[in-house]
Amino acid sequence: MNRYQLDARNLLCPMPVIRTQDRMAALQSGDILEVRCTDPGAMQDIPTWCRISGHEVLDSRIEDGDVVVTIRAGGPAGSK
Amino acid sequence: MTQARKAVALISGGLDSLLAARLMLDQGIHVEGLNFYTGFCVEGHTHAIRERRRDKPRRNNALWVAEQLGIRLHLIEVVEEYKAIVINPKHGYGANLNPCLDCKGFMVGKARAWMEANDFDFIFTGEVLGQRPNSQRRDALPVVARESGAFDRLLRPLCAKLLAPTLPEREGWVDRDKLLALNGRNRKPQIALAESYGFHGYAQPAGGCCFLTDANYSNRLSDLWATRGSKHYEIDDIMLLKVGRHMRPAPNFKLIIGREEGENNYLGGYRGRFVHMAATSHHGPLVLIEGEPTDADVQLAARLTARFGQGRHADKVTIEVTDPRGGSRLLEVSPLPSNEIPPSWYL
Ligand code: SF4
Repeated sequence: MNRYQLDARNLLCPMPVIRTQDRMAALQSGDILEVRCTDPGAMQDIPTWCRISGHEVLDSRIEDGDVVVTIRAGGPAGSK
Repeated sequence: MTQARKAVALISGGLDSLLAARLMLDQGIHVEGLNFYTGFCVEGHTHAIRERRRDKPRRNNALWVAEQLGIRLHLIEVVEEYKAIVINPKHGYGANLNPCLDCKGFMVGKARAWMEANDFDFIFTGEVLGQRPNSQRRDALPVVARESGAFDRLLRPLCAKLLAPTLPEREGWVDRDKLLALNGRNRKPQIALAESYGFHGYAQPAGGCCFLTDANYSNRLSDLWATRGSKHYEIDDIMLLKVGRHMRPAPNFKLIIGREEGENNYLGGYRGRFVHMAATSHHGPLVLIEGEPTDADVQLAARLTARFGQGRHADKVTIEVTDPRGGSRLLEVSPLPSNEIPPSWYL
């Protein structure tokens, strides 16, 4: 299991979701990605994307004004 | 049907593609969605920029649709590739700068490539014959099928019965009898169908799927091309066209005026790239100046900046003018009276 970070700050929706999706595609099942965004919409959109894509949201919070979402990659079918 | 066939759906986030996908799922088809981000999408941006209404959390409609359907959605950014479509559409523009026919051909073409790469069997869309935009005219539908290279692997479940049978129908992958014959601009059948499926809270965008169908937005984009002397754009250009009030007093410069806090914050992100100004003596907008203003132009821009702030009725308003490198100076100006602002300045 590896931990990764993704800086999606200063991107507007849907770009933070697209960056998350593209990054998750390269991760192994069980890997963890922490995404940091400034668009508040990410608080809703990234978890929705995770639900339909088979990934697990471990945590989502506001930190220093940024939206920070922590995701655990699902099984091999979890991303494409 | 002997085997579950796989179909890729173009999911815009609107009602039609939601219903089309639901029809396919009902027929036992494995469905995954594609959603393209061109930079002109109505989704997201404007909502992200404008002050947020806390009681109504905004959402990405395509993701919402995918969750309602329980399907996977692949978001694909096509900003660079899409420029050629907007700048030089083979089939021209619709009522505004919307190159719908080229756009559909492009998106279905992308879906075809995705279908082939992922071993899917066919593509479907939520198109309805005779509905706006005009790319859904009867003579336009075959153009999309042909130019995308999808040919008869492109199914329109909502109006399939009005069209020649496609491969999925002929092969029996889908039952043509259970497809629909929707036609025209009347939205009532879709609304009734949504009701029968129990879909509530779906998006019903007034225009089309993108800003290019908007007359005002198209006017701003035309102005951008005309004053630059060439049809090109960068992503920041087309984003800024969505934000604020745009005023062009002269060909060599224009003002982008924040209309509320959210827009001021967003425009603030461009401070390092534009001459910008804001009142220091009163509350008011952040204003970006695009182009090459002379000193007299800056003076006029300052008077306009004062006009759109709370000092609009004051005798004097102090405006701080800052260049992109951060050097600033103060100007004392009288706000420009509204009767001295020709309507033609508004873009
Ligand atoms: S409205 Fe915009 S996104 Fe939709 S088909 Fe026309 S150009 Fe393409």
